[in-house]
Amino acid sequence: MTTTVEAMHGSHAGHDTPRDATPPVFYVRDEHAHEAASTALGFWIYLMSDCLIFAVLFATYGVLGASYAGGPTAKELFDLPLVALNTSMLLLSSITYGFAMLAMEKGRTAQTQGWLAITLLFGLAFLGIELYEFAHLIHEGAGPWRSAFLSAFFTLVGTHGLHVTFGSVWLVTLMVQVARRGLIPANRRRLMCLSMFWHFLDVIWIGVFTYVYLMGALR
Amino acid sequence: MSRYRAIALLPVMAALSGCNLVVLNPAGDVASQQGDLVVISTLLMLLIIVPVMALTVLFAWRYRQSNNTARYEPDWDHSTQLELVIWAAPLLIIICLGAITWVTTHKLDPYRPLDRIASDKPLPAGAKPLEVQVVALDWKWLFVYPEYGIASVNEMAAPVDRQIRFSLTASSVMNAFYVPALAGMIYTMPGMETKLHAVINEPGTYKGFSSNYSGAGFSHMRFNFLGLSNQDFDGWVSKVKSSGGSLDRNAYLTLEKPSEAVPVQHYGTVDPKLFNAVVNLCVRPGTMCMSDMAAIDRAGGLNAGGKAAADAILRANTLAGFPDTQPTGLCTVAEAVDAAANSGAVQRPTVTPISASAVQAGPQRLANP
Amino acid sequence: MLETLTTFLFGRLSLESFPYHEPIVVATFFAVLLGGIALVAALSYFKLWGYLWTEWFTTVDHKRIGIMYMILGLIMLLRGFADAIMMRAQQAIAFNGSEGYLNSHHFDQVFTAHGVIMIFFVAMPLVTGLMNYVVPLQIGARDVSFPFLNNFSFWMTVGGAVLIMASLFVGEFARTGWLAYPPLSGLEASPDVGVDYYIWALQVAGVGTTLSGINLICTIIKMRAPGMTMMKMPVFTWTSLCTNVLIVASFPILTAVLVLLSLDRYVGTHFFTSDMGGNPMMYVNLIWIWGHPEVYILILPCFGIFSEVTSTFTGKKLFGYTSMVYATVVITILSYLVWLHHFFTMGSGASVNSFFGITTMIISIPTGAKIFNWLFTMYRGRIRFELPMMWTIAFMLTFVIGGMTGVLLAVPPADFVLHNSLFLIAHFHNVIIGGVLFGLFAGIYYWWPKAFGFRLDPFWGKMSFWFWVIGFYFAFMPLYVLGLMGVTRRLRVFEDPSLQIWFQIAAFGAVLIALGIGSFLIQIAVSVLKRNQLVDVTGDPWEGRTLEWATSSPPPGYNFAFTPVIHDNDAWWDMKKRGYARPLEGFRPIHMPSNTGAGIILAGISTVLGFAMIWHIWWLAAVSFIGLLVVAIGHTFNYNRDFHIPVDEVVRTESERTRLLSGQV
Repeated sequence: MTTTVEAMHGSHAGHDTPRDATPPVFYVRDEHAHEAASTALGFWIYLMSDCLIFAVLFATYGVLGASYAGGPTAKELFDLPLVALNTSMLLLSSITYGFAMLAMEKGRTAQTQGWLAITLLFGLAFLGIELYEFAHLIHEGAGPWRSAFLSAFFTLVGTHGLHVTFGSVWLVTLMVQVARRGLIPANRRRLMCLSMFWHFLDVIWIGVFTYVYLMGALR
Repeated sequence: MSRYRAIALLPVMAALSGCNLVVLNPAGDVASQQGDLVVISTLLMLLIIVPVMALTVLFAWRYRQSNNTARYEPDWDHSTQLELVIWAAPLLIIICLGAITWVTTHKLDPYRPLDRIASDKPLPAGAKPLEVQVVALDWKWLFVYPEYGIASVNEMAAPVDRQIRFSLTASSVMNAFYVPALAGMIYTMPGMETKLHAVINEPGTYKGFSSNYSGAGFSHMRFNFLGLSNQDFDGWVSKVKSSGGSLDRNAYLTLEKPSEAVPVQHYGTVDPKLFNAVVNLCVRPGTMCMSDMAAIDRAGGLNAGGKAAADAILRANTLAGFPDTQPTGLCTVAEAVDAAANSGAVQRPTVTPISASAVQAGPQRLANP
Repeated sequence: MLETLTTFLFGRLSLESFPYHEPIVVATFFAVLLGGIALVAALSYFKLWGYLWTEWFTTVDHKRIGIMYMILGLIMLLRGFADAIMMRAQQAIAFNGSEGYLNSHHFDQVFTAHGVIMIFFVAMPLVTGLMNYVVPLQIGARDVSFPFLNNFSFWMTVGGAVLIMASLFVGEFARTGWLAYPPLSGLEASPDVGVDYYIWALQVAGVGTTLSGINLICTIIKMRAPGMTMMKMPVFTWTSLCTNVLIVASFPILTAVLVLLSLDRYVGTHFFTSDMGGNPMMYVNLIWIWGHPEVYILILPCFGIFSEVTSTFTGKKLFGYTSMVYATVVITILSYLVWLHHFFTMGSGASVNSFFGITTMIISIPTGAKIFNWLFTMYRGRIRFELPMMWTIAFMLTFVIGGMTGVLLAVPPADFVLHNSLFLIAHFHNVIIGGVLFGLFAGIYYWWPKAFGFRLDPFWGKMSFWFWVIGFYFAFMPLYVLGLMGVTRRLRVFEDPSLQIWFQIAAFGAVLIALGIGSFLIQIAVSVLKRNQLVDVTGDPWEGRTLEWATSSPPPGYNFAFTPVIHDNDAWWDMKKRGYARPLEGFRPIHMPSNTGAGIILAGISTVLGFAMIWHIWWLAAVSFIGLLVVAIGHTFNYNRDFHIPVDEVVRTESERTRLLSGQV
């Protein structure tokens, strides 16, 4: 019950409070700000909640992935070379985002913006290829309404694609904000959040690529 | 077991005399064991619940503020011995209850054939169970007796002391089949088949109903379950047989349409493959059976082994056995895709009321280009 | 041509969508309309709109947001209870060939709406409101981690509530039961807008709930006052932390499963259809993977409230703080391993059923330990029977019965005969009313003086208490009996006349509960009028033990002029005991977040988006979606999100409190 004042001082209390006062110190006079640390934690928790949505979609695909309803199968539909190209677009975009963050650490605004622009291009390329794939499948009659397998496929891959779309919109927004105000702490924090988001989508895609496309082709 | 029941119910006996607690006092051996379990589990838990309630009242009274004689220890907040008791007492109860749960859940698994007719009657050697196929329709019950080739709507009969083996499904939405006097409930679900084993031990008329809400006509989805002696059951069977109605696919499709508070109907003959077709959602001519669809899917689709599977289905004249329930036209994926595109499967039909839904669902399935 | 145009403009919405031929609905509508006009007129007359907008609607103060959550919850309680009393009345009279006064179209909407409203728009806002109000104060923080998000979350919850209320007057609500199992909730069996209202109301509110969960986790992890280690947190804060972990780890599942159901209904996919490979059982599994943690989301904070109340009103430290914390954490984890017990009767194998049955029973061990801990907190205490403590005793006696019947239902073969019966209804009302609602009342009575600076009138509080408790027993004990008589839930009409007396007793109980609710409302009115007699200037009317009692009632916007330092888990008790002296000088400017209208605007647009999607008004959906993006992006261009309370104002506020404390009123 009687935690010593010293122990408490060690971690938090301000330097203007006496060390061996009795009665013990019951308040500190200086402000302690948490916002930056809270943002990182909060955004991380958000990503985990988003991860659960993907977990549900993966589980759904796991249950329905072989329910072709007499229609086309994964093996027939998937164009692996195209998907491999698509995957490389997203992986490259993650790398270039990493370069953008390195440039940001060094405080080089123009360089950061350049890498962000390249990241955006890779992201858009990824989306373009995915849209082409979807359009092709639908044109062949293999739309999401054809079978439970295709419903699960389009929803899982499409949800990822929607995330990349929002990530791209966000990326453009941040580029405008960096252009206007430079790499101020608030913008750095935002770039860091988007970085976590972007890499998270990369990780999810690796799951999609392995579980849906590779294993689908092997099935 | 009735001893337990008496003890448990003593306090409320007076209040409840005159009302029929069928769950605790059923007429079938399975429900009876389940009812006993309710009582035993409750008694086991009362071992801890009653002391807790008594202590709550006692402590609340004894340590009230105005009672200055009671001890007051504002800083007493821990006792290892007490903590051990606090965690161990519920743990012990749950260990007992867990053991009971494991054993009885396996013993009373609705999928498991019975090993006794009543607590004092073993299952006669070589006795065949009475097969009953149950379809929950919107909003009435269909019972098919494959052994006798008869069917009835909203009335079911069974001879006493003979094991009944139910196969259950539904036509459109989920229901649950429940005759409290006979045995616990089991869901009936479209496109799926569930099982239930039970026996009725005393003749009588018992209530049966759906115990899972299924839409507008749910409240009237009731039937009488008739527990009959062997002679009476034979009489009932011949009465149904002589009633003349015939339940073929067309009659079923008419019956399937939603209706409420339907009177008892009897059918003297039944298409023997009807139930299988209902389970596989292919009663309507030209629809592919789900089992066939699944066989093709399992074989890797039509372009792989599924082609052979489809051919086999064609040769075998389909699993469900209706001559025109064939995966016709499913030769290549291209054709399948064309079929899907032409039959409007790409564009989902807009809002369809439930009665029309089955009509829409037909062409949407791939089989009928 | 005209038809095409109206379909484009209004989607499925037409004159036929308005239930103007239903006298009850029309009367309700005009009552609501008149009340609304009167309210708007009064607000305009007293020129309160500006005040409401700047001080309340756009506020980021966790205390005001908490109070607004409570108001929302209480308003929706009236709606949910109206549904309940309609059901009780219908079931009490629909015998002997009588169809009662509700046809199935209405009755089925009523029980669905009752369940959805009570869980999502009564229990959730009340629980979230209390957590919002109390947690930052208990941990000595100035606000939550993300104050803007907090405001946004609240208005999203309101948006969901608005949609569900709209379904009363525009179109209809779902007729599927509160969890909307497919195929019944699929397009073929439910083609109208009811299920779409259900989906969009829950989706809009669900976003708010998830974000609020993230917010409170961060607040508790990051913003505790110095010295408050995890094992020195007040128990209510602990249970709030566990609840918010559960929210964040379960609501995304609800969101995902409702998205899949929407896709089935809007796009024609086959997730939960019976044909084309779909699997309705998957919906049942997924919804309960959310649904079971949901009940612990509701009950855990109430366990926290009971812990605070018991320890305060017995004048004792909480017995077994450590085991209380571990019990909470164990319940949190186990709540994810039991979902299948909601459908033992769907044909799972015996081993699967036994596994989930036994995991369910295991939850009763930590729950039992908690009950014992409260019991031994009372032991050798000095119990003051103020209203919060009365609710706690009522809880302890009532909840154990509900817990017992719950464990009984966890035994699969017993569940086979009791599932979906009125016994089940009695069980979960026994734990939700006897646990959650009694807990919320205990919490409201306990913290009301903190929020408003005066106590609630004890006479009307006792009236409400006794009406509620006795009414509860009258309303739900007959349902246990009816369950044992094999009566199932959601029935609109009955054949067996011997059941009627039990339904009439239950209806009488519902009337008593109505009197309890009425007494509660009278109590609030009376207390506001008598606030000068009931006033508390100390900020610590109950001899409190935790930090929220260290500041004034109501607390200033900044909560604490100086951040407190904690040495004991009964921090304020410890401070009082060891000669804490309130600081009187040396104040500094305080850094605080600014109010913003972005939250209410975003939530308003989301609600319009939901409405447009429900009625297939695609142009409006597109416009509101784009509007949502534009406003959200626009909001991120605002970098001026905080300000400093000038030191003069802090000095003024604190010296006013000094004056009050010294008794110179």
